[in-house]
Amino acid sequence: MLNSLNKFFADFADEFKLNFIDGGRWKWLLDGIVATLEITAVALIIGIVIGIIIAGVRSSFDKTKDDVKAKDPFLYALFSIANFICKLYLTVIRGTPVVVQLLICYFVIFTKIYDGLPVAMIAFGLNSGAYVAEIFRSGIMSIDAGQFEAGRSLGFNYIQTMRYVIVPQMFKVVLPTLCNEFIVLIKETSIAGYVGIMDLAKAGDLIRGRTFSAFMPLLAVAVIYLVFVVILTWLVGKLERRLRGNER
Amino acid sequence: MNDNALISVKDLCVYYKNGTIKALNGITTDIKKNEVVTVIGPSGSGKSTFLRSLNLMEKPTSGIIEFDGVNILDPKTNINLHRRKMGMVFQHFNLFPNMTVLQNLTLAPIKLLKKSKEEANAKALELLTKVGLADRASAYPMQLSGGQKQRIAIVRALCNEPEVMLFDEPTSALDPEMVGEVLSVMKDLAKGGMTMVVVTHEMGFAKEVSDRVLFVDNGKITEEGAPCDIFEHPKNQRTVDFLSKVL
Repeated sequence: MLNSLNKFFADFADEFKLNFIDGGRWKWLLDGIVATLEITAVALIIGIVIGIIIAGVRSSFDKTKDDVKAKDPFLYALFSIANFICKLYLTVIRGTPVVVQLLICYFVIFTKIYDGLPVAMIAFGLNSGAYVAEIFRSGIMSIDAGQFEAGRSLGFNYIQTMRYVIVPQMFKVVLPTLCNEFIVLIKETSIAGYVGIMDLAKAGDLIRGRTFSAFMPLLAVAVIYLVFVVILTWLVGKLERRLRGNER
Repeated sequence: MNDNALISVKDLCVYYKNGTIKALNGITTDIKKNEVVTVIGPSGSGKSTFLRSLNLMEKPTSGIIEFDGVNILDPKTNINLHRRKMGMVFQHFNLFPNMTVLQNLTLAPIKLLKKSKEEANAKALELLTKVGLADRASAYPMQLSGGQKQRIAIVRALCNEPEVMLFDEPTSALDPEMVGEVLSVMKDLAKGGMTMVVVTHEMGFAKEVSDRVLFVDNGKITEEGAPCDIFEHPKNQRTVDFLSKVL
């Protein structure tokens, strides 16, 4: 019994050494982590920018279309087209798998860029933008209509009311959901290997290819993703409690 | 049209669903400066719609609303400038929950009237003192009682230095105990010469404070006059029925 336990630990140590120490293969994982975080961070920023624009167009179209229609038919036409484009974008992005979008970006759209990293940042950013837009829009819609009326009754115009009254409250509502989108995004970037990026998942896979042992590198990759997600979830929980706290 | 009318309403109609629902069906009245007008009537009669039309919270279908001699229904009129001069108080207060009382009060003066923070704060505190809530300046709306919230909401509208105050059932969402404190603030305002239009179910307030009472039914003013006439000698049968139920 003791013998077999000893053997297990000895094997484990050997496996560990083979997969991570020999040939400095731990550096691959480290590079993979860096790539994964880089893609996630840039994609998130792109996603938030796109999300704000789309949510802004969609919710202000819904709220002000009648007024705009009465005042300026040309502006209304432009507005309708913008709204249609946003809707189309949401449908296409949310209706197709992200891996297909990534491949299309790399092999069809950005054919002149051979480095997969910036392409992946853009592809994941475009993808996450669609989801972030809907998060923002639902946040705007969740704010009581009375808040909007209160802003307008004080003499703020539509944009000022959005900026000073609605958006600060909306942001508070959506922050936890937005952070969840961030968590989802981290895991989604694990397909970046499709366009030749050595992200975390690909690094584990490369080690497996080199050492012919699957257990250790894939487990390590899974554990690293899990640790990231657990830390982020904990931070989101903390943030949520704090946001709730200061109004009571 | 009266020369000293601050708000002049002529043949105001608000229709919904292509005219199948007539919320307001031809309202004509003048509101003079310093006048306190209360609007009473059964629920669904259009009294709130009338009030909300005055600052275009509700889009009228047709008619004329002149405020300070300007037709605010003209698409060329900048309604935002006029809304600053028309303070509005809502049934559900609509304070901004993410801001302190002081921030609620100074948002519009700082951003719209371009006052300095010090100036806006001083004015806000002065008005807060008048309604007895100076000690709650740094509280959040959630920490206040309904009556306190509504008094803050009144002060928020006053901080814009409006020429007229519109009240949309300001005490309907309050616990009975708290109605008094809000009404007393409104009475002080009326005494101070503020022009007020008040939609209310508080008949005592209408009787005591208002200069004129409008009885609205089915989107029309069916009877109007001094409170003593309306309450003591109503002429219209609908008014008689309504008052017999609420008084």
